[in-house]
Amino acid sequence: MVPLTENLVACPECDLLQRIPAIPPGGAARCPRCGYTIAVDKPDSLERTLSLTIAAAIVFLVANVWPLMGLSAVGRHASTTILGGAQEMWLQGNEITAVLVAFCTVIAPAVHIGFMLTVLLAVRRPPAPSWVGMLLRRLDWQYPWAMIEVMMLGILVALIKIAELATVITGIGMYAVGALMALFAAMKVSFNPREVWTRIRWVNGQLPPSARSPEPALSPEVRP
Amino acid sequence: MSTGLLTGMKLGLVSCEACGLLSRPADIDDPGSCPRCGNALSLRRKNAIQRTWALILAAAICYIPANILPVLTTITVTSAEDDTILDGVVLLYTTGSWPLALIVLIASVVIPLAKLIALSYLLLSVQRSAAMGMHERVRLYRLVEIVGRWSMLDVFVDTFTVALIQLKPLMSVKPGPGVIFFAAVVVLTMIAAQTFDPRLIWDAGEGKEGPHD
Repeated sequence: MVPLTENLVACPECDLLQRIPAIPPGGAARCPRCGYTIAVDKPDSLERTLSLTIAAAIVFLVANVWPLMGLSAVGRHASTTILGGAQEMWLQGNEITAVLVAFCTVIAPAVHIGFMLTVLLAVRRPPAPSWVGMLLRRLDWQYPWAMIEVMMLGILVALIKIAELATVITGIGMYAVGALMALFAAMKVSFNPREVWTRIRWVNGQLPPSARSPEPALSPEVRP
Repeated sequence: MSTGLLTGMKLGLVSCEACGLLSRPADIDDPGSCPRCGNALSLRRKNAIQRTWALILAAAICYIPANILPVLTTITVTSAEDDTILDGVVLLYTTGSWPLALIVLIASVVIPLAKLIALSYLLLSVQRSAAMGMHERVRLYRLVEIVGRWSMLDVFVDTFTVALIQLKPLMSVKPGPGVIFFAAVVVLTMIAAQTFDPRLIWDAGEGKEGPHD
């Protein structure tokens, strides 16, 4: 097993071999054949993503504790939280759907925030231990299942449907879900996994090339 | 088309799917794991074509009950009414919010069907080693990957409707058996998109079969 320099890559979508050029600040390198974004330079990526992730963790708690919306009709009042929705599905006998809803709206986003926080805090002092890489490599696979923005649209549609029948009161939880949606998008945009990988010790015990001193095999976008 | 381009496969180099590191394994047929992140390496996703076909077929079967069976049952003092996904769209339309009706129609009916057709087309074109329209097919694949999760919309709409409307005995809403099938369609097509390997599109264009069996 011979690892090559971090600058020589094969495009993940078309396998074309290419060398990553020096990328200007804020720029991106695209695969010449299929147009896939191979590498990016994001100014202050680690710091910005960390602050966004901390904000997301706080907003996530608010979104889950406070009710999303309430309803009043003929003197009756009802309200629900995110997990309350899944719980009602379970009670009504649709257990599989309940678990899926809980996974996509609460568990996957919580795991995403937790992994991001751990990875970003751990790589502040490179080289980070190799178990950090184990978390990082699962992030990409897991991301599509955290469906905050889809849930937000779902809540709005449900709200408008119910507004036909009763008075609906929007809760703090719903505004928090809206904020969480924006934070997740911002985290995705500011995060640069390539930069993070250069700060993590390899599973074979090797130091990342950026930490092996004289070797000039540094990726151009790395800031020590 | 562009047969002179060098790919990892031609030079016996494997790119890690998790961290992107390129390495030269001792044995290309059994590349082992990535030295940087420990992920299992393979030149192309294993049995991508068969696995994707299997997932698409399962999703296509679930698509039928998902649309026929009710997703919501509204129980009032005097009556009980079953609503399928399309009934929900019609309800939104008749109550005056046609933009929402359109969103739900696209997310719940059009996207799942379009995904099944698009993935089948991609698989067939790869199996026939089609060397035309690679860029268009890659764009189609990316669209399928991005848009797929939005189909979960109706599951969330149903969940929050059920959670709020529990004003027994006046009016209550119960989830129907269609929800599970519908959720299965969304999950299976999402996994199918992740199982398909877009590199196979370009391998066919190279006039060389990838190691899909």
